Order: sequence, then structure tokens, then C-alpha cells
Amino acid sequence: MNLLISVLFLPLAAFLLALFVPRSSPHGSRMWALVASLLTFVTSLGLLAWFDRSAGGDQLPIDVLWIAKPEIHFAISVNGVSLWLILLSTFLTPICVLISWNFIQVRAKEFYAFLLLLEFGLIGVFLAQDLFLFYVFWEISLVPMYFLIGIWGHDRRIYATVKFFLYTFSGSVLMLAAIIYLYNKTGTFSYPAMVDMLASGKLMFGSTEQLLLFLAFFIAFAIKVPLFPLHTWLPDAHVEAPSAGSVMLASVMLKMGTYGILRYCLPLFPSASRSCAPWIAVLAIIGIIYGALVAMVQPNMKKLVAYSSVSHLGFVVLGIFTFTQQGIDGAVYQMLNHGISTGALFAIVGVLYERRHSLEIADYGGVATAAPWLSTLFLVTTLASIGLPTLNNFVGEFLVLQGTALANFTWTVYASIGVILSACYMLWLYQRVFYGEVKEEVRAHVPDLNAREYAALVPLIVMMVWMGVYSQSFLPPVGRNTARIIQQTNVNVPYRVQFAAPPARTEVARVR
Amino acid sequence: MSASAGFHPGDIIRFLPETILAVAGTLLMVLGAVTRRRKSVLFGNISLVALIAAIGGAFWANANGGPAFGGLLSVDGFATFFRVVVIAAGILTVFPSYRFLERQDAETCEFHALLLFSVLGQCLMAASNDLFMIFIGLEVSSIASYVLAGYLRNDKNANEAALKYFLLGSFATGFFLYGVALIYGATGSVNLTVVRTAILHGASDPVFLGVAAALVFIGLAFKVSAAPFQIWAPDVYQGAPTPVAAFLSTGPKAAAFAAFLRIFVTAFQPIGSRWEPLVWGVALASMCVGNFAALWQTNVKRLLAYSSIAHAGYVLVALAANSDTGTAAVMFYLAAYVCTNIGAFSCVAYLSGTGERYQSIEDFKGLGQRQPLAAAMFTIFLLSLIGVPLTGGFFGKFYIFKAALESRLIWLTVLGLLNSAVAAYYYLRILVMMYMHEPTEATEAAEPLTPSVRFALIVPALATLVLGIFPTWILEFAGKSAALVK
Repeated sequence: MNLLISVLFLPLAAFLLALFVPRSSPHGSRMWALVASLLTFVTSLGLLAWFDRSAGGDQLPIDVLWIAKPEIHFAISVNGVSLWLILLSTFLTPICVLISWNFIQVRAKEFYAFLLLLEFGLIGVFLAQDLFLFYVFWEISLVPMYFLIGIWGHDRRIYATVKFFLYTFSGSVLMLAAIIYLYNKTGTFSYPAMVDMLASGKLMFGSTEQLLLFLAFFIAFAIKVPLFPLHTWLPDAHVEAPSAGSVMLASVMLKMGTYGILRYCLPLFPSASRSCAPWIAVLAIIGIIYGALVAMVQPNMKKLVAYSSVSHLGFVVLGIFTFTQQGIDGAVYQMLNHGISTGALFAIVGVLYERRHSLEIADYGGVATAAPWLSTLFLVTTLASIGLPTLNNFVGEFLVLQGTALANFTWTVYASIGVILSACYMLWLYQRVFYGEVKEEVRAHVPDLNAREYAALVPLIVMMVWMGVYSQSFLPPVGRNTARIIQQTNVNVPYRVQFAAPPARTEVARVR
Repeated sequence: MSASAGFHPGDIIRFLPETILAVAGTLLMVLGAVTRRRKSVLFGNISLVALIAAIGGAFWANANGGPAFGGLLSVDGFATFFRVVVIAAGILTVFPSYRFLERQDAETCEFHALLLFSVLGQCLMAASNDLFMIFIGLEVSSIASYVLAGYLRNDKNANEAALKYFLLGSFATGFFLYGVALIYGATGSVNLTVVRTAILHGASDPVFLGVAAALVFIGLAFKVSAAPFQIWAPDVYQGAPTPVAAFLSTGPKAAAFAAFLRIFVTAFQPIGSRWEPLVWGVALASMCVGNFAALWQTNVKRLLAYSSIAHAGYVLVALAANSDTGTAAVMFYLAAYVCTNIGAFSCVAYLSGTGERYQSIEDFKGLGQRQPLAAAMFTIFLLSLIGVPLTGGFFGKFYIFKAALESRLIWLTVLGLLNSAVAAYYYLRILVMMYMHEPTEATEAAEPLTPSVRFALIVPALATLVLGIFPTWILEFAGKSAALVK
């Protein structure tokens, strides 16, 4: 049996079985979710063995006809970028189970079932080769997250979850229209086939047509990322979600957006991407600085981390729209880094919340005295998040800034401000929560980590160091795939210049 | 008339579903008169058997297809598809009605007899190739539905619903009949094939014909509750007994769309460019009116009524495409909608309790904790109504907008899809109530699921999922018969 099938369908099977665990035994649900998600993770590690790192392109393909007319295939395969995102999803799911262990007491059965269903949807998004299938997974992943936030969230959970659902759904219906339009034009939903048609010149778009299609896809993805003016759902959703929801949302779900931009927008609509790049880069930079500034003044820890996500994801989008190898490699690496380090931040904030039942920074102080190991792990995560060398984010940010410098040096200058600001807000947060006078409630209620929490957090720390010190374990397959994407965005540019939009920006051309 | 008149033995088979339903309906009436146990489940069982037999009859008729009764009926794939859909609507209505009628302490024999007669009329509409037969089918179906709407005769709301439905309904039928008369005047025939030929040869006055088409359109638009002829729907669905509302929102609608397609895609196809803009406008209006009005509703039945107005709008989008894909999309969508919507109403019927006390959205609070299975099934129906993948509703919507884009209705597609995003809000409200609030009086009082209620919830849910995951078979059938209908 193909490995991808197992990786994709194990979570679904686990979800279906989870529905049969008796409601009276929440412990059974927990154990089952842990076992099943660990099993999925171990299976997905097999991808590392089977994936040919020396070859670019899509590997381990499966293509089964699903619906005959209109022709829709169940087509999945894995490439150098999605490989890591899938591993990220399968790696984080057991961690989410662990950090929810005691926190989720009511309706545990549904909680873990939804978590497994979410994993299924997320893996599917990264594997899909058929646009219809992609859309199916895109929407499926929305439903469990809706329930995770809405049922197990904090006080304003209903507002947050409805806003989250509606934002994403409205963005994606336009993408659906664009997908149908592409099908009517090309007669296929197959993404590789469309890219081939573009490369051979069989498929061509008028400039307005291309721009509109690009925007239909891009807005759906930009909402998910979220890019600056479309980000307002994110702080709400993050703050209200339970820890596991926040972790999955920040670490994996946001990457659906950036992955979508990289995989669909750029190769399918190269010249529209290039002509919009300056605008998008400016929005990304605004997001970087704005997110950082807003994060700085947050009194709520989760909100602070949420706005820091807006800032970090700005780097990813900026990197993608530099159209340079370094920039895009850095963007992809940054997706993974953000997944690990922000995931860890949310997890530790969740751990604190479980003890002190508050997310307000003002309610803490002196945690370092009460819980030294907890503080140490948070410190490492903080340093990773602000981009200290030898930890993971440094590599990604460096590559993004390098790529940006090649594309447009002014952008680099502004984006670097974001790096400085991130040090400000994160270290300030650390200072206020962990140092200072030990508050009475903190001393009474915040014990150090227990074994289960170590089991959840130490792997994340290990990954931060590994990704920071030896990025060669991760980057080569990414580089091969991004090189291919850059090539796909170039192949048609001469055509497009002739037939469609004017050349995007002189800077971009100079780099080429 | 072109087709030769006179009786042909094959006609019996081609008319089999209607015959079965008529015989069973009459039998129920007679049994009701002679028996004393007027609340027995036996009548429901008879009705169920008759409906299943009628589905068999429909397939047998399809195997021996062709025109029947001198061209009055045309038994083809198209007719079979819609016959099966409306009969299925009948079957899915029988399941929830067992427990519902028992709880309202209502008599069952007339209920099921009327249901069968209504389905009979709709089958006839689906198979007619003649404006007069369509009219007869419409009347048989409508009159039975009027009575059904007021079936709980001690309920004031039900009486109001029935009266309103009757008055406005007969008014609309009048429009339809007037249109038929004008068509006869313009073309000299009521047979759709003949009318089409006459129009193709340009024998008739275009203004005269336009007025006739408009009148027929109004009559049918009323029956499918498209805006601006939708005002009756919320009151009627709210007042009618819930299983009846489930049926009214699906069966008659599907049959009316069958007639719509037959008339507009067959007979009036030559003047397509003139009616397409009209359908375009009505489709958009229905979607907007339905979805935006539903946002403010607090009564679930009213909410579902507005939602059904919006869904009529989606179907009209496919009709505006005026193509084979569009026809197939209408057919598939209605099949999915029948399962989904009856399922959703069945959930309401289950919760509403004696005297239909609980039908506010608030009453669904905490259903997910008290009755997880019922809530899960309702979730599937709501997700299908929103249009989330792997449900029939999603695939139907996808197919409709695909047809619309093929016919270059780009604006209508974009506006329609944005509308479906608006719609997500009010369906989500019900999900919020069910899962994100603590139980209240209504859900605490919810009775355990009886076997018939389980059937009423699980069967349509499974059908919804099957239509969403493995739509190929139905799609192929719809595609083939859509090409045949001309």
C-alpha cells in the first residue's frame, strides 16, 4: 500500500473509531487519540525514508478516478515543501493531545475526535494534486476547527469561531468560482496538467482574466495567512481557542494559506503574481511592523502571541513574493519555524493558564522562581521566536531578508524593523511574566512541569535547536521544489509580457 | 395532435407509479372509513410499501419508456428521475410522521392517503409532456397539500397556513392556467413538442407568446417559492405540521422544477434569450431575499422556509444557464436537497414535542450533549445546506455554479457564491445553539430516539453523504436524461 494513503487515512480511520469510544470513558478517548496520532506520526516518518531527496518534483503519486463527469481525481502526491508541512502536522497532533490531557474535561470524546478529523483535513490539503480535492480538504479542515474553538474555547468563543468560519468561508467561495472557471477553460482539475499546459503555451490567460483569477485564489489564501488588512479574525480565534486549537491553528492552519500561495498562485498565474508582488510585499511589511507594534501593547499573553503570528507570517509572504530562491526557501523554512516556535509558545501559555487560570500578563510575575524549568523552556522558545542565531527562526528570517535584499533593498530595511520589534515585545513579555516579584497566587498555583508536559514540550525544543543548527537536514528538498516553482513562474513570463500584463517591476527583472 | 390517439397496452406500465399510488391512496381512504383504529401505524406502513412499490414501478416504466396516452405523458429518464425524487420525498416524510402524529394524537389514515395523492400529482407533473397534464398534476398535488398543511385542525397556526396556502396557491394556479390558455391561442396546441415546433417556425406573435410564457413562469415561480412570489412560504412552513412542511419544501418544489424544465427547456427553448434574463433576476432576488431574511429569524421552521427560498434561487441559477449541464445540475441539486431538507425538518419534528412547542432556535441549546446522535445528523444536514464538501449539498452547488460559468453567467455565479457565504451565518447559529450552549428545557425534555425517528434521521443523512462522496451514478443518470428531455 502506498505510504501516502496510510498517512492520509489513518487520522480519518482514527476519527471514525473515536466516535465509538464510550462517552463515559474520557480517558479512553484521550488514550486512543494519543495512540492513533503517534501511530500516524511514526507512519509519516516513513516518508523521510521513501522520499527521494535528490529528485525534485512530486513523488509517491496516487491517482484514482473519483467522479467520472466532471472528471475529478483522487490525486495525491508529496513534494519537498509539503513533506515538511505534513510532518509538522503529524508531529504536532500528539503534542496537542498531550497538552489537552487534563485541560479538556467536558466532552472529551468529541474533542479528540475533532482533533483527529482536523489532522486528516490538514494533511489532505498539503497532499492534494487535484484542485477540486484541494478545495474539499480546505473546507473539511474548517469544520473541526470551528467546533474546537466554539465548544472548548474561552468566554467569547462563539463570536470568535463564527467570525473565523465566515471569514474563511467567504474567501474560499470565490476560490471555488475560480477553480470551476479553470476547469471550464482547461477541462481538467489536475494541477500538474494545468501547469504543463501553461508551460507548453496551450493555456493562456488574458491579463484581466489572470488578475481576477489570481485575486480569487489569493484572497482566499491571504485570509487564511492572514495578510495585514484581512487578519482581524486571527486574534479573536487564537485568544478564544483552547490551547490545542491555538497550536493547530497557528502552527499548521495558517500555513495552508502560505502553502496555497506558493503552490497555486505563483505557478498558475505567474505574471499576475509578479505584477501584484510590490503591493503584496508592502502589505506584508505593514503586517510585519503593525503586528509587532500591536503585540507590544497587548495585556493578554495569547493575544500577544497571536499578533506576533501576524508579524511572522508577514515575513513568509514577503519571502514568497521576492521571487528569489533564498527568499522562497526562507519563506518555507519560516513556515516550519513558526509552526514549531509559535506552537511551543501557545502550548506553554496553555500550561500557564492551566495553573493560574488567567491569560493576563498582569496576573503573573516571578514564575521563574516558582517554576524554573517551565521558565527555561519558555526562554528558549522566546529566543527562537525572536531569531537568535543557532535557533530555528534565525535561519528562516535571514534567508527571507537576504532574498528581499536581492529583490528590493528598501523592503529589507523595513522588514528588519520587525525583527527588532519582535525582540522588544517577546523579551518584555518574558520579563513581566517570569521575573520580578513572585506573586502570591503564582507561588501557590504554578508548580513546575510534570512528565507529561515535558513529553509535549521537549520535542519542540529539540526541533528548534536542530532546525537552527543544522538546517541542511531540511532545506535541500525544499530548495529543489522552490527552484522548480521559480522556474514555473519564469517559463511563461515572455509569453505573458507579449500577450498580457506589462512586466511587473524593473527590480525583479534585474535580479533575473 | 401529432401523436396518434388511442390506447396502447404499454401505457399501463408507463403509468404504473401513478396507478400504484392512486390505488393505495384510495385503499387508505376506504380503510380509514371502515376501521376503528384510526391512529394505527398500519396506515403508515401501507403508505411506505406503496411508495416503495411506486419506485419499483417507476423503474419498470423507465425500462419500457416512451410516450404514453397519445403523447400526453413522456416516460423518459427525466421523468423517471423526478418521479423517483418526489416518491423518495414521500418516503422520507413517512418516517418522521410516525412518531410525530402519535405525539400530536392525530389520525393517521387520511394523512397518509393525502400524502400519497400529493406524490401522485407530482409524479404526473414529472412525466407530463402536455400543459394540461401538468396542470392536472399540479392541482392534484396542490389540493392534497392544502389539506395536509391544515391537517392538525385544532391548531390555529395550521389553519391559517392552510388557508393562506390555498388562497395564494389557487391564485397562482390561475396564472398558470391563463398562460396555458394563451399558449393554446398562440400555437394551437398544449402539447409541448407541438408548441416547440410552432415557436420554431415562428408561427406566433412574439408579444402574445411572451405574455403567455411570463404567466406560466409566475405560476411555477410561486410553486417553487421564488422571489418575489415567496411571501406565503414562511407562514405556511411555520404553521404546517413539521413533517408536512418538510414535504412541502421538497416534493412539490421538485415537481414544479420538473415542469419548469420541461416547459422552458423544451417548448420555450427557441425564445431562450428572452426568458433567461428574467430567470437571472428572479434567481438573484430569491437568493438575496431568502438568505438575508433568514438572518433575522428566531423560529427554526421559518428559518428553514427562508433557506428554502434561497435554495430555489440556486436552482434557478442552473435554469438560467439553459444548457444540458444546467438541467442535470437542477436534477442533481434537487435530489440532494430533498434528502437534506427533509432530514433537517425531521430533526425539528423530533425536538418540537407535543403541540410543537419547541421550535425556536434557542430550544436547540445543548442538543449535542443530550441527544448526540440527533445533533450529529442535524449537523450533517446543516453542513450540506451550507455547502461544505463531502455532502450532497456541496456537490449540487458546485455543479450548479459550474453550469452557470459554462454559460458565462459570471456575475450570477459570484453573487450566488457570496450569498452562500452569507447563508453560512444562519446555519451556523443553529450549530452554535446545539453544541456551544448548555441544555435548556426543550433539550432536557427531548425523548429518546425511537426506531422510526432514527430512520427518519439516519436514512437522509446517509443519502446526503452518499450523494456528496459518490455522486457519479446519479450524475450520469441526470446527465443522460438531461440530454433526452429535448
